[in-house]
Amino acid sequence: MAEIRLENLSKEYVNRRQRRRSRQEPNQRPGDRVLVLDRIDLEFKEGEMVCILGPSGCGKSTLLRIIAGFDRPTGGRVFIGGKEVAGPRSDSIFVFQYSGLLPWMTVAENVGLGLRHLKDSARKEDKIREYIEMVELEGFESYYPHQLSGGMQRRAELARALAVNPSLLIMDEPFSGLDFLTHMKMREEVVNMHEFLRKTTLVVTHDIDDALIMGDRIVVLSGRPATVKLQQTLDFPRPRDFERSPELSRLRSEIFLMLGVPYAV
Amino acid sequence: MKLARLHTSVSFMVLIVLWEILARFSGWSRYVFPDPLTVVAGMAELIKNGTLLKHTIASLYRVTWGFYLAIVFGIPLGILLGRVTVLHRMANPLIQFLRPISPLAWIPLSMLWFGIGDRPAIFLIFLSSFFPLTVSTTIAVRNINPTYFQVAANFNFSKFETIFRLIVPAIVPEVVTALRISVTIAWLVVVAAEMIAVQSGLGYLILDSRNALRMDYVMDGMIIIGIIGLLLDTLMKRLAKIESARWGAQAR
Repeated sequence: MAEIRLENLSKEYVNRRQRRRSRQEPNQRPGDRVLVLDRIDLEFKEGEMVCILGPSGCGKSTLLRIIAGFDRPTGGRVFIGGKEVAGPRSDSIFVFQYSGLLPWMTVAENVGLGLRHLKDSARKEDKIREYIEMVELEGFESYYPHQLSGGMQRRAELARALAVNPSLLIMDEPFSGLDFLTHMKMREEVVNMHEFLRKTTLVVTHDIDDALIMGDRIVVLSGRPATVKLQQTLDFPRPRDFERSPELSRLRSEIFLMLGVPYAV
Repeated sequence: MKLARLHTSVSFMVLIVLWEILARFSGWSRYVFPDPLTVVAGMAELIKNGTLLKHTIASLYRVTWGFYLAIVFGIPLGILLGRVTVLHRMANPLIQFLRPISPLAWIPLSMLWFGIGDRPAIFLIFLSSFFPLTVSTTIAVRNINPTYFQVAANFNFSKFETIFRLIVPAIVPEVVTALRISVTIAWLVVVAAEMIAVQSGLGYLILDSRNALRMDYVMDGMIIIGIIGLLLDTLMKRLAKIESARWGAQAR
């Protein structure tokens, strides 16, 4: 049902920058067309968690935004469950890089955003409570986002996304800006949540370890314009550990090398 | 808290003492530069015969109307201009052109259009608050984090929900600040307007007292204007502390 197919997807935009963006493109001028995504063909299976890796600025986020319907591709098409994506839908929920919680709403109100269609308020309350408990935020229902720590904000946003029961969950750098321990805990929670609910999940990350620990499959994109450089199914049992699995370790070094860091530790 | 209040009152006490000293040793007569006691006595007279209350109410009535009209027209217009780029491009130069024209420059025209009475004064107060409110609202709307609009699209917000559950709460902190500034401007303008167009209000009280050479009454009028200005500001500060405006203090 929530099988996703990207067909020949391209994205081009007109460069409006006055100054060049990077050293790799010294001849880039304002008004030039910049190709961000170059004919990407990908398929995501129902219930799969796919981690998308790539160098910074390669268009990973653009890819996600197109899948979510926030952005239109300039070429190619996206199909979710056989239907072409034409715009944002509550069937695929986007978890934003920095908080996408609405700051003037409490945790409970934010989680309730996707449950507005429920007329029965008792049932709605129950649902909200259920998802708040799932991310262990009991007792914080009436807190405003700015009163929560970074990790709690991410969990609240995750609860809000799950409450919709979407067929697709899209996460853009879900752990950026978190401290090391919170990052590790959040990662574990997302993995557990996925084991439990088996939702199709796309995660964009620049963290190779995150991708290898979490993903059922990883997709490595090249630098701009982004093309698919590697697709690899990860058949490793969870919880995964680099030390106990030499195969995973070897793959890690390989990807580091692929992304231009030859001497990774 | 108590200590802070003491500090506040110190400045007023110093002012009164300086005033007394100046009045006593400047050599000016009581009719030109009245001392604090004369002014207090004058205040008591004005309160007793009801003049002060009458003029204060007249001024507040005009400010309330002018200010409400500015809110009712300015904030929705600001939201519209903040969301519709084409309208913003068309209307913004016009607003920026009209904005620096002092409301007082409108006095002749407004008297011609609205005659004598409350209406020209209300119109001037409206003008003084309308432009700042519209401009601040527009800026506030344009500064809303675009992520929130994506969240709204993602959760299928209707147009109505986008306005009342996203735009309005998002701009409350900035709009409250704008209200606080513009109510002060409105209060400044009402006094000036009343010196010309009407026969009541604190501005009229000051002008009328000057004609009667009652400088103590003039000073009473000034004091009341100051006190009410202070109260209006306190009221607006309270408004900024209500729940729905509070998230802006830390977030963003």
